[in-house]
Amino acid sequence: MVNQDKVLEIMVKIGEKIEEDKLFLTELDNVIGDGDHGINMARGFGDFISKVPDLQGKDIGAILKAAGMSLTMKVGGASGPLYGTAYLQAGKTAGDKTEIGIEDFIQILEAAIEGVKMRGKAVTGEKTMLDAMVPALDAIKEEYDASKDAKKALEAGLAAAKEGVEYTKTIIATKGRASYLGERSIGHQDPGATSFTEMLQVICENV
Amino acid sequence: MKKFINDVNLVEEQMIEGMVKAYPQYVKRLPGQTVVVRANKKEGKVALISGGGSGHEPAHGGFVGEGMLDAAVAGAVFTSPSPEPIYEALKEIATDKGVLMIVKNYTGDVMNFEMAGEMADADGIKVAQVVVNDDVAVDGSLYTVGRRGVAGTIFVHKIAGAKAETGASLEEVQATAQKVIDNVRTMGVAITPCTVPAAGTPGFEIADDEMEVGIGIHGEPGTHKAKLEPVDSIVDHLLDKILADLDFTGSEVAVMVNSSGGTPAMELFIANNRVADVLAEKGVKVYKTFVGEYMTSLEMQGFSVTLLKLDDELKELLDAKADTIALKVF
Repeated sequence: MVNQDKVLEIMVKIGEKIEEDKLFLTELDNVIGDGDHGINMARGFGDFISKVPDLQGKDIGAILKAAGMSLTMKVGGASGPLYGTAYLQAGKTAGDKTEIGIEDFIQILEAAIEGVKMRGKAVTGEKTMLDAMVPALDAIKEEYDASKDAKKALEAGLAAAKEGVEYTKTIIATKGRASYLGERSIGHQDPGATSFTEMLQVICENV
Repeated sequence: MKKFINDVNLVEEQMIEGMVKAYPQYVKRLPGQTVVVRANKKEGKVALISGGGSGHEPAHGGFVGEGMLDAAVAGAVFTSPSPEPIYEALKEIATDKGVLMIVKNYTGDVMNFEMAGEMADADGIKVAQVVVNDDVAVDGSLYTVGRRGVAGTIFVHKIAGAKAETGASLEEVQATAQKVIDNVRTMGVAITPCTVPAAGTPGFEIADDEMEVGIGIHGEPGTHKAKLEPVDSIVDHLLDKILADLDFTGSEVAVMVNSSGGTPAMELFIANNRVADVLAEKGVKVYKTFVGEYMTSLEMQGFSVTLLKLDDELKELLDAKADTIALKVF
């Protein structure tokens, strides 16, 4: 189980990871999008990190919702409403819990994915963050059902997310600005799928 | 990167401050937000709001004023603003007649304006939206989220703005805006990339002797790269694509030859020289021409050609008074 302090610590580490990789993510976005993904996400997480002192001791729902509000209100672009909605839905699902296990995490990730699908009117196979999120969720569920080992389940999820990023290289974008490239988007990985995978990696490394 | 800036993080902020200090008779800033609104709010008409990422100046703040917009929301460079400033702007400019949001067709802009519109709607503000998608370079095929909104957006601001000044209802202003969108087509080209200040490096690469045909207003790739040709041939290609997309034969049109930021007026006039000749040859009658910087892409050397098919209503509204920083019609 992971308590609220640990969740807050992980969220801060996710923010730091995004800040650290902002130029890499922006570079990916330059190739097929509009070259702002990393910079924008870093601005949103920067806002979240500035609110951390107020979040000490708050329930997990409040922490995730605070991240969702920062991302919705400060990021802009397409990733702002998408990740913002994802974290807001995640927070709603976590509710007033102060401790979560893998089964809660699965529900939280499911809610986040539903949020992205609703806001972006998107499904898998369109070269978006969903192409990492959905396989990760499926792999986590499958591994957990088989082994009842939370750590192994998260690792399976991360491996699937990484495969998902690789898969985005092989398909044509049909959502977002990359879609204007048509076939020229093939060969390039989706920045949103990449940033989601980085988040999952931080979670994996810290539980 | 070489730019006349102070700090990449202050670009949007200082741009807005400078604009407001230069033209207090036209615009004021919404405190704490990257939003400019009309210096004097006008009640009794539908309010118009537009916006998007910064880097397209004079769009959109330069078109706030009588006969055009009531508010312009500026995001970070080439990044849709978040719902927060849009929502604050909606509350500020809303009248009893409602607000029309004029949004360019980009995933981020559409989602952020939608979220802000939902918030304002929950407050009881009447909100409607039109989405501009004039760029013929990218197909509205199953592979895309539809065409991009580019320089044709300025005609939507102008004409919907004039319609709103007549006291028309929200539904009427929206219908007129949609009529402009249905009849406007644009295509652009560029010969140099542009650099988003916070990124520090150019958004794409292009060889000295090449051009990117069908370029987007964020430096997004267009249809293809090609060897640079005399501008007459480039104009011919752009017009071929535009005229193939919508039948302009026998109609009267408004023309816009728009600089992407780095193309001087001299070259724009050379381009327009060909635009006018080709249209005359094809039996398309030019009613009015606009040449200059309207929807730029930072310092990119490039230009776009826009044609708007006019009817009597659109002609009258195009000729109606507008008094803004970047477009004046008297």
